[in-house]
Amino acid sequence: MYTEKVMDHFSHPRNVGELKNYNAVGEVGNAKCGDIMRIYLRIEDDIIKDVSFKTFGCGAAIATSSIATELIKNKHVDVALELTNKAVIEALDGLPPAKIHCSVLAEEAVKEAIADYKKKQGIIIETHSQCDDCCRD
Amino acid sequence: MNSKKIYLDHGATTKVNDEVLKEMIPWFSENYGNPSSIYSLGRKSKDAIENARQIVADALHSKQSEIYFTSCGTESNNWALKGICYAYKKKGNHIISTNIEHHAVLNTLKYLEKQGFEVTYVPVEKNGIVSVEKIKKAIRKDTILISVMYANNEIGTIQPIKEIGELAKEFDILFHTDAIQVAGTIDIDVSDLNVDLLSISAHKFYGPKGVGALFVRRGVRIDNLLHGGAQEKTRRAATENIANIVGLAKALQMAVKNLEKYNKHIKKLRDLAIKLIMEQIPETIINGDMNNRLPGNINFSFRYIEGEGLLLFLDMNQIFASSGSACTSGSLDPSHVLLAIGLPHEIAHGSLRLTFGWDNNEEDVYIVVNELKEIVKRLREMSPLYNK
Repeated sequence: MYTEKVMDHFSHPRNVGELKNYNAVGEVGNAKCGDIMRIYLRIEDDIIKDVSFKTFGCGAAIATSSIATELIKNKHVDVALELTNKAVIEALDGLPPAKIHCSVLAEEAVKEAIADYKKKQGIIIETHSQCDDCCRD
Repeated sequence: MNSKKIYLDHGATTKVNDEVLKEMIPWFSENYGNPSSIYSLGRKSKDAIENARQIVADALHSKQSEIYFTSCGTESNNWALKGICYAYKKKGNHIISTNIEHHAVLNTLKYLEKQGFEVTYVPVEKNGIVSVEKIKKAIRKDTILISVMYANNEIGTIQPIKEIGELAKEFDILFHTDAIQVAGTIDIDVSDLNVDLLSISAHKFYGPKGVGALFVRRGVRIDNLLHGGAQEKTRRAATENIANIVGLAKALQMAVKNLEKYNKHIKKLRDLAIKLIMEQIPETIINGDMNNRLPGNINFSFRYIEGEGLLLFLDMNQIFASSGSACTSGSLDPSHVLLAIGLPHEIAHGSLRLTFGWDNNEEDVYIVVNELKEIVKRLREMSPLYNK
């Protein structure tokens, strides 16, 4: 069902927990859908010096959070903003179709956290923090 | 890291008992005759099926002629519901069921709704048990069928089947029960229960997969699901799966014979697991009534975590269990059963079902609880909902 990469990031998640001295945070998802992702960032001079996550969700949600933190660490915030869910999927060697939404959440969580940082600088960037179609009832 | 394989998913399926398998084998290659053939090789197969039918009838306290073999529990449920609705549609088009039925019933009812039948899904109470009074209130003049599962597959709650049976009799409505989780665990007496139709499936009681049975009370009309040859008194066409039918009968016979002994064993293990888990894992909820419950079933919700992660970590430790988590079912909504008993989504997502079997022992329980304790702790530390 899951690739080795997904299982590796699920069972040995990188950068998990609440970051000390974080200066930006973003949270997406909701408990109803079964996924909540929160990304903490410590940004200095627009560079993401440190990053961590906390996730309530399935194995794929934990793995996508973990890999997303690796993909944006030490990156300029504007580069990190360009992180796509496709890049997250590729970095994990693929995700089952039913779990694609987890990669979308990871992308959105990163954007939400960077938006929080930008907001403090007076810059408003648009985010889509709603999971669009996963709660279909 | 645990290395001993521990199977705690007997509600999903069970392994075929050695003695059952032994009885099945000759019917594959040695006695392979078609039961419809008139020569001795065929008659031998026919006799084996009728013998199996008698064994099942004895186990369910029915007449031999009231037992029909099917290909699985799902077929038994499909046949019971569709067969009755089509046979009695001139009498009425209303069916009463509950909101915690297995999908084999729920999705069949949804199909029947599309065909013009009306279904009332009586919601169960918070303890996972349906109120007989509420079923009574749902009865209409055009109600032709009540279908209520004997015990729920996820939370193990046993429904008041006898009382519903009396109600159905009083109002002259046919009554079907899905007893798939129950056969081999509770002594079933179809007369005492007043049921008209009852479904069972062999692989839940240490028999083979791919075979089930349906009890249809004498005098009840039922349309065919499968049309073709004259097998099963023309009610269910298809060459009989003799080995599986023999296996079903043997497995049911063994389960019923050892019922008390095995129930005592699995209940003891289940209760030990409950005691240890409730002592050692804080913020744990038990889902479903504790008194009217299958002896081997327990269903927990561990707050702040999601069930799939739990199952994956258990699997890494060679522990096989199941969850009401959405992620394990391919849909994104958590178990309809856990939502039906009023659990909020985030708690329903974090559920774990353990179903004990004859071959489990106390050591299994201690290993599982130890692993579980660590896994829950680990997942909670990752969870943004957990702030301890």
